[in-house]
Amino acid sequence: MTVSVSVKHRFSGFDLDVAFEAPAGVTALFGRSGSGKTTVVQTIAGLLRPEAGQVAVNGKTLFDSKTGVWVPPAKRRIGYVFQEGRLFPHLSVRQNLRYGAWFAKRGSGTASFDHVVEMLGIAPLLERRPAALSGGEKQRVAIGRALLSSPDLLLMDEPLAALDEARKLEILPYLERLRDETATPMIYVSHTVAEIARLATTIVVLNDGKMLRNGPASQVLGDPAVPFPLGVRGAGALLTTQVVAHHADGLTELSIGAGRLYLPRINAAAGARIRVRIAAQDVVLATRKPQEISALNILEGRVADVREGDGPGVMVSVEVDGQTVLSRITRRSRDALGLRIGMKCYAITKSVAVARDDIGTSVE
Amino acid sequence: MDWLSPQEWEAVALSLRVSFWATLCSLPVGVFIAYALARWQFPGKQIVNGLVHLPLILPPVVTGYLLLLTLGTQAPLGGFLKDLGIVFAFRWTGAALAAAVMGFPLMVRAIRLSLEAVDPKLEQAAATLGASPLWIFVTVTLPLILPGVIVGTILGFAKAMGEFGATITFVSNIPGQTQTLPSAIYAFLQVPGGESSALRLVVVSLIVAMSALVLSELLAARVAKRVRGV
Repeated sequence: MTVSVSVKHRFSGFDLDVAFEAPAGVTALFGRSGSGKTTVVQTIAGLLRPEAGQVAVNGKTLFDSKTGVWVPPAKRRIGYVFQEGRLFPHLSVRQNLRYGAWFAKRGSGTASFDHVVEMLGIAPLLERRPAALSGGEKQRVAIGRALLSSPDLLLMDEPLAALDEARKLEILPYLERLRDETATPMIYVSHTVAEIARLATTIVVLNDGKMLRNGPASQVLGDPAVPFPLGVRGAGALLTTQVVAHHADGLTELSIGAGRLYLPRINAAAGARIRVRIAAQDVVLATRKPQEISALNILEGRVADVREGDGPGVMVSVEVDGQTVLSRITRRSRDALGLRIGMKCYAITKSVAVARDDIGTSVE
Repeated sequence: MDWLSPQEWEAVALSLRVSFWATLCSLPVGVFIAYALARWQFPGKQIVNGLVHLPLILPPVVTGYLLLLTLGTQAPLGGFLKDLGIVFAFRWTGAALAAAVMGFPLMVRAIRLSLEAVDPKLEQAAATLGASPLWIFVTVTLPLILPGVIVGTILGFAKAMGEFGATITFVSNIPGQTQTLPSAIYAFLQVPGGESSALRLVVVSLIVAMSALVLSELLAARVAKRVRGV
């Protein structure tokens, strides 16, 4: 299952020129507002016809400006979850959910109604009207509605952007279940690093209508060369860890090779794989193992890369058991420590610095 | 019910029949034209818009005379239709046509306004769920504009019940054939001793008009509530 996309479109004062392939799993389209993300997904869905480009899903051409192929959106079998939900106000939740299944060819349905309703936790809402739902509930119904049309591909255009932090945290676990329990590949548009870090398997970074990077999530997020759309403050590496134990003092112990991380309690069984994003600005470096320090998380590794930016900061990549931890420190600190590539060092971070929405279940 | 004379009854019944058919036949056309004006860009759009609204601005007598000029049996178009067995001039069908033409702008305006209030993004969402344009219209657009369609229908019906100038010019005032309620009131007022008949028909007009208004308000409010889903 692959999606291959190329889009060329001229807007006033802005040229979009992007081409990428999305493998199975969750491909995140990442970039700041106005970088062309929505145009790309609208092109895939057939809601927008760019000046030039091609779209193919599973080898089936849906749009090709050269040969004039154009499959109308209704025949593309591509589910679309919009930022504002776009539920039909005159239909009940149940009718909204069944809307797509009604048009999907009989027998081709892979998504079972009961399973989707259970997975998204919307059973108590079925007889309600969209007007009587909260923002988070609306979005869950919108996701269910798209899934139940049995799409070959699911597009999500900033499905959490209109929600407050609490609602985001409410929905993210459902999206993780979606990723882990359904075979439907997804393209997920967002400008929030935390969301991408939790969900994406592949990341495509867009900036000003051009593609900057395209690769596996941990590689792209751990790459200090990727100038993040949100600036260096958005930079942070993605670590895949395993739950070791839950401690009585409210901390959960995670392993990364021989290293240990202690984070505020995570709801996952021992042995579960958890992904954690650690922001580069929250990581302190030391060349000798620190003693008598309040920070609990001290990972031993080697300096893999030291990269200077425009400002007074440098981005240091530390390799820990085959994974990368990013740390943003000043040039002065680098010189004081004498950091060089290949050197042994310790990456230190506070347990409470890791945000709740930077922790999620991992893809197997 | 013997408080109305046979001639008066005839006028009331004819008016109801004329208005019913005028409204029923113009409704699908009205929805189509309203949709085209609200959603499509096409050359001559302003001309179509002008033609639809013309009966609202022209003196009704002029509209009636224009109908006579184009659809009278002596006119080319009217002659052609006559060969097909369709005659409008001086028939009740002509009264229905005149009523439909006069009520059309009111109907189209009401429907167009409600169409412009429908978020095209909902229709896009329906497309991504596999609905063809026709199904999108039937399952999303039409239910959402239903309050506007109801208001437009009642307005058109009420206008048809009251239409006088174009009707009398186009199809004259033949009792039992083309003498609608307003034409009958006019006729009764022209003869000595006809005031009491005219007055009874005025009461009927008032009752029909008030019932139509109240009914449309109730119906539109109910449907609007259902559509909004609260």
